[in-house]
Amino acid sequence: MVNMAQVWDWLAEVPDPEIPVISVTELGIVRDVALDGDTVVVTVTPTYSGCPATAFINFEIERALREKGVANVRMQQRLSPPWTTDWLTDAAREKLRAYGIAPPVDGTAASGVVAGRVKRLTGGALVVACPRCGSAQTQKVSQHGSTPCKAAYQCRDCLEPFDYFKCI
Amino acid sequence: MSAVVDLDAAMFEGLCRLGDSTLVLGHRVSEWCGHAPVLEEDIALANTALDLIGQTQMWLGLAGEVEGRGRTADALAFHRDVWEFRNLLLVERPNGDFGHTLMRQFLFDAWHQPMLAGLAQSQDARVAEIAEKAGKEVAYHLERSADLVIRLGDGSDESHARMQDALDMLWPYTGEMMVPDATDIALAEAGIMPDLTGLRGTWDALVRDVLAEATLVIPDGSFMHKGGKQGQHSEHLGHMLAIMQFLPRAYPDATW
Repeated sequence: MVNMAQVWDWLAEVPDPEIPVISVTELGIVRDVALDGDTVVVTVTPTYSGCPATAFINFEIERALREKGVANVRMQQRLSPPWTTDWLTDAAREKLRAYGIAPPVDGTAASGVVAGRVKRLTGGALVVACPRCGSAQTQKVSQHGSTPCKAAYQCRDCLEPFDYFKCI
Repeated sequence: MSAVVDLDAAMFEGLCRLGDSTLVLGHRVSEWCGHAPVLEEDIALANTALDLIGQTQMWLGLAGEVEGRGRTADALAFHRDVWEFRNLLLVERPNGDFGHTLMRQFLFDAWHQPMLAGLAQSQDARVAEIAEKAGKEVAYHLERSADLVIRLGDGSDESHARMQDALDMLWPYTGEMMVPDATDIALAEAGIMPDLTGLRGTWDALVRDVLAEATLVIPDGSFMHKGGKQGQHSEHLGHMLAIMQFLPRAYPDATW
């Protein structure tokens, strides 16, 4: 009989393929681990609906569990509640920063409302600190970065470009 | 009117309308990959396309499930012909220049966002959870397209003229989004999808606000094209499908 706490520990060792310094559990996408007969059922939620890493993450989770001797694994997807950057653990946020990615500033997800947009345009509430030098003098270069979950920023002090893990 | 409409059939139809619109727009936007004016916008366009294709997998996946004939999202995307597509005419319009692509995106996003907000209240939990997921992504789409429409509209003489041309060209394709037919009405009465006429106020307010800030003028005239939702398309869609569907049709067993 496989112990579910043990399975969670094993999953905590599976890195996110795009951001290998954090694990799939720290990212908050593993929603449930359960036993169905002799099959371990792992429920994962996608970060962005079109994220190409999703299929690869499922593959990696399955492979990791098989390597630990779990013979029967079933992956299932759950959409609700939708993934939010609020689920990133504090430890994961620090790891992101150390890796050069500014962690999400909670509560700043796009609202799709003009008032919010104008507020952001006119000097905006959102301050993203540079993960390298810590300066708050940064600017958004593009809302979309190297992956769907990131935006491209640049530091005005140390001039380094960096990724910002945008809030959703 | 709903009495004559089979609800499962209406739901399949409604889900294809959503999934086909995100599929066709997603494919159109992906045509920019490697061709955008600057690298950051190339990436932004590719990410937007990716979100839309991801949403397509969810909508068409559910459509196949509701239909119950074993068709997957891929089967619906790649093995239907042009008259079976239910997308809005707006999204099959060719890309034109960068400004034209952004104007099309904005006019669609301004509808897509409140549409998803309405769908998130659906009586059908499967519809509601897809809409809630997609809505978070589309909020970012709308923010970007609105910003760029303003920047380009209220930009140089050249960019302003191009954005005004785009608006003049695309405006007659916007009416279809908010005019319900028997299928839309049946789905709204069943609480599965929102009343399309109810989206008009939100769309109008947002679009007028942004276009005014962009110093662009909404064209005169009330003529609106329609038919995409019923499978009557412009010639552009067939050309697009010929490219999009080529590989799985020519090599049916191909795997990634």
